[in-house]
Parts: sequence; structure tokens; C-alpha cells
Amino acid sequence: MLKLYDGALDVPTLLKEWYEEEAKSNYGAYIPFVGTVRSEDGIDGLSFDIYEPILNAWFASWQVRAKEKGAIIKMAHSRGDVMLHESSYIAAVFSPKRRVALEFIDEFVEDFKASAPIWKYDLLEGKRVYAKERSTAIKGSGLLA
Amino acid sequence: MVRVEFLGPIQKEALELDISNLNELPAILQKDKEVSEWLESCAVALNDTLVTSLEASLKDGDKISLLPPVCGG
Repeated sequence: MLKLYDGALDVPTLLKEWYEEEAKSNYGAYIPFVGTVRSEDGIDGLSFDIYEPILNAWFASWQVRAKEKGAIIKMAHSRGDVMLHESSYIAAVFSPKRRVALEFIDEFVEDFKASAPIWKYDLLEGKRVYAKERSTAIKGSGLLA
Repeated sequence: MVRVEFLGPIQKEALELDISNLNELPAILQKDKEVSEWLESCAVALNDTLVTSLEASLKDGDKISLLPPVCGG
């Protein structure tokens, strides 16, 4: 399950909803990762662009990998502006046993950072500044150069 | 005609091009000052699937997307 929201995520509500959705699914482990906007370099917040068709395909491929291990993934991400100390990202893995979920959340979030078609901007003095230095070229980039 | 879209921070309107193979695209974009600096770091998708080679024939209505470096979360 992948859901996108305009602005900051309502973390307590989402974590509770996800918990309740799977409460009777016989998963032994529920491991969420919550990404929160930190105060650094004078930013007022972050802003995000998302290209949904490729994000949906990328997420679906990970859901297949999770299913092979008897697990599922849920993910929520913000579009647009998210201010300091608000959250823009939640990913969670449910699995029968904890080891699968702990390893899977690590692999999933790392690939999310490297591959998911989402672009981050710093909000600085009312401007949206592309976070170029913190961004990663998608594997296989440079074909057109 | 095929449509070329520039995603995320690339500030450029989409192009409509009359090309029949993806391998014709580099020469066109390398001449475009607004986009040439991005080419080294961009991935390419054809109809929303990332490609690993530019050897792909194109048909009318195809969509090509350029994806600059990403940073979700």
C-alpha cells in the first residue's frame, strides 16, 4: 500500500491505522521508519515533487519481493511543502518474524533513497532550492550524455 | 510525434519531437543549453519504464521522461 499526501503526514494516525489494519493478520513484527524534517542549514522546511507512474511501479516491484518473504510493505510520502519537525515519509514492514522485517526495512529504505522518483527541495527564505548535493543519480543515468 | 518530459528540478517545458528511435535523442538534447548540463546525471524512461539502452524504436504518442537525481524521504 502506497499513499501520497499533500503536505506533512499525520504520523500518529497513519501508524495507528496501519497497526489496526494488520492487527489480525498474524504478523509477528511491525517495523515502521518515520522520516522527520530536521532543522539544519537554516532551512524552513523541505518540499517534494513526485513522479507517480514510476514510483507506483517501483513500489509494486518491492511489494512482490516482500510477498516472497511472507511480508508486506506500507508507505506514505508527502507532496509539496513539509515544515521543520513535521514528517514527510513513513515506510513500514509487517512480517511473520522480526528478522525479515528488520532486514527488509533497511534494504527497502536504501533503495527508496537511490531509486524512487522523488525530488527534494530546501525551503530557504521563501524559495524552493533543489537539494542537488544530497540527491542520487538513478542507476543507469547518463545514457543521453 | 513523441513527447519528451523533463521531471523534477529541470525547468523546461515538454518537447514534441519527430524521431523514430530513442538513439536520436542525445544529439538533439546536447544542443539544448537548458538541458545539456543535466544529461550526465539523468535516467531515461520510455512510457514510464526506465531504459538501459537507447536502442528502442519509437511510435507516435510515445512518452520519454528524463529523471534527474532523486532524494525522497
